[in-house]
Amino acid sequence: MGENVAIVGVGHTKFGVRNDVNMPELAWEAIKQALLDAGLEQKDIEYVVVSNAGGWSSEPLPAVVIAEYSGLAPKGTVRVEAACASGSAAVKLAHDIVASGHVDIAMAVGIEKMNESPTPTVVEFIGRAGNYFWEFHNFGLTFPGYYALYATAYMSKYGATEEDLCKVAVKSHYYGARNPKAQFQKEITVEKCMASRYIAWPLKLFDCSPITDGATAVIVANEKVAKQLTDTPVWIAGIGHATGTSNLSKRTTFTSLEAGTLAAELAYKKAGIDMDDPTKVIDVAEVHDCFTIAEILAYEDLRFAKRGEGVKLVREEQTYIGGKIPVNLSGGLKAKGHPIGATGEGMIAELTNQLKNRVEKDRQAPIKNGYALAHNIGGTGHYAYITILSLSKPRG
Amino acid sequence: MTEISDWRKRIERYRFQGSECVKCGARYYPSRIKCIKCGSEEMRDVELPRRGRVVSYTVIYNPPKKFSKYAPYAVALIELVDGTRVLGQLTDVDFDKIRVGMEVEATFRKLYEYGEDGHIVYGTKFRPVVS
Ligand SMILES: [Zn+2]
Repeated sequence: MGENVAIVGVGHTKFGVRNDVNMPELAWEAIKQALLDAGLEQKDIEYVVVSNAGGWSSEPLPAVVIAEYSGLAPKGTVRVEAACASGSAAVKLAHDIVASGHVDIAMAVGIEKMNESPTPTVVEFIGRAGNYFWEFHNFGLTFPGYYALYATAYMSKYGATEEDLCKVAVKSHYYGARNPKAQFQKEITVEKCMASRYIAWPLKLFDCSPITDGATAVIVANEKVAKQLTDTPVWIAGIGHATGTSNLSKRTTFTSLEAGTLAAELAYKKAGIDMDDPTKVIDVAEVHDCFTIAEILAYEDLRFAKRGEGVKLVREEQTYIGGKIPVNLSGGLKAKGHPIGATGEGMIAELTNQLKNRVEKDRQAPIKNGYALAHNIGGTGHYAYITILSLSKPRG
Repeated sequence: MTEISDWRKRIERYRFQGSECVKCGARYYPSRIKCIKCGSEEMRDVELPRRGRVVSYTVIYNPPKKFSKYAPYAVALIELVDGTRVLGQLTDVDFDKIRVGMEVEATFRKLYEYGEDGHIVYGTKFRPVVS
């Protein structure tokens, strides 16, 4: 189990098209915020984990470039990849390095500059996530196509409709419009979503998260340091992780992500949360809505709803503030944006701010029990990382 | 790189051939040299049944570059009559007639061509069974 680990500082740049800065400059924006938030200097950070999916930004050693530019060198660093869940994997590793007693303070930095390459190249790269040589290369199955297979199966089994999917996007944009860091800050209607063009039937343009530049940072510390730095540390209460099959045809179900379900169980067990109804203790969640259907699957994989009833939470608006459990008050991947490698730390930074009651008033969740959950999926359920945060100290 | 992998898997695509675990009977397409279910490394080639049902499907409107001249096209996850699950494009079908549970059969087709010399790759697509 190791030592208790707390989040002592977070940083989160404006997400969107960030052609105004290069990669290390963008990373520094987030790193600087996190250092200020923690009241630390570069020399205090003993290890840096950088999450970056790469490809489009053509920087083969991003961790070194960022460490030098930000003044974090000569401390040790590494770059990690877990597709769209790279950020949560980076936080997990930073956590583990501190929990094991190797260092007192570590930092996870997420960075993606997807707009460094032209859009078709980016779409091509994303499409390869999965089992490239078989599925993409032989059948032309794209990344939205993978999730579309889940959407079709879910709609067919439970009677969900394309309008239901659009309602998820409407909520994302509603909160994105209230988040100054979001890529899209404009509300949309179900009609507008329904009128958008098909990308991979039944998914339309407004069911899909955008191509985003962004950087995020999370500083973690052991209990002794955390108590010196802050009166309100946000503890990491439990992390669950799991891996799905590379080939989609080897999956046993298409109405849930098996890796997401398994990672949730592990995270709940570690955090001591009752799996019968986690919404009783979790005040707010960020879930991986790379596509609208993914948010509905997440509700069920996380046990916020029974199988087949995730769509009811959408119809009854139970995941807005005031409902059963508020989800993606940041705007989610859909409206806040999805800079692949920076998304995980972005979720964790957002939830840290939610638990500390310091986000914009009209998107602040009421904090009652002091628990928050980040659900971060890489690929199409290829990687799953779930991180539970808490205002109360886990052990001792 | 892609030409090499096309060549390596050519027999499997041409014959619609997968592999079967001698110990537990699990079947795989594409083939594996080791069974995920029981861990056995005793596998044999098996020609897969040509009939099955659509488990799920999508129609791709935003294709990868290599497939752009074929778009839109339908891709389905199919459960063959022996329970093996495979992916493949659907052909000879109206998109709005595709249903989950629809019966389909394998048919030998051109999958795509690419490269300067028009390298052609053949394999299996699926079409509705006409009863
Ligand atoms: Zn076997």
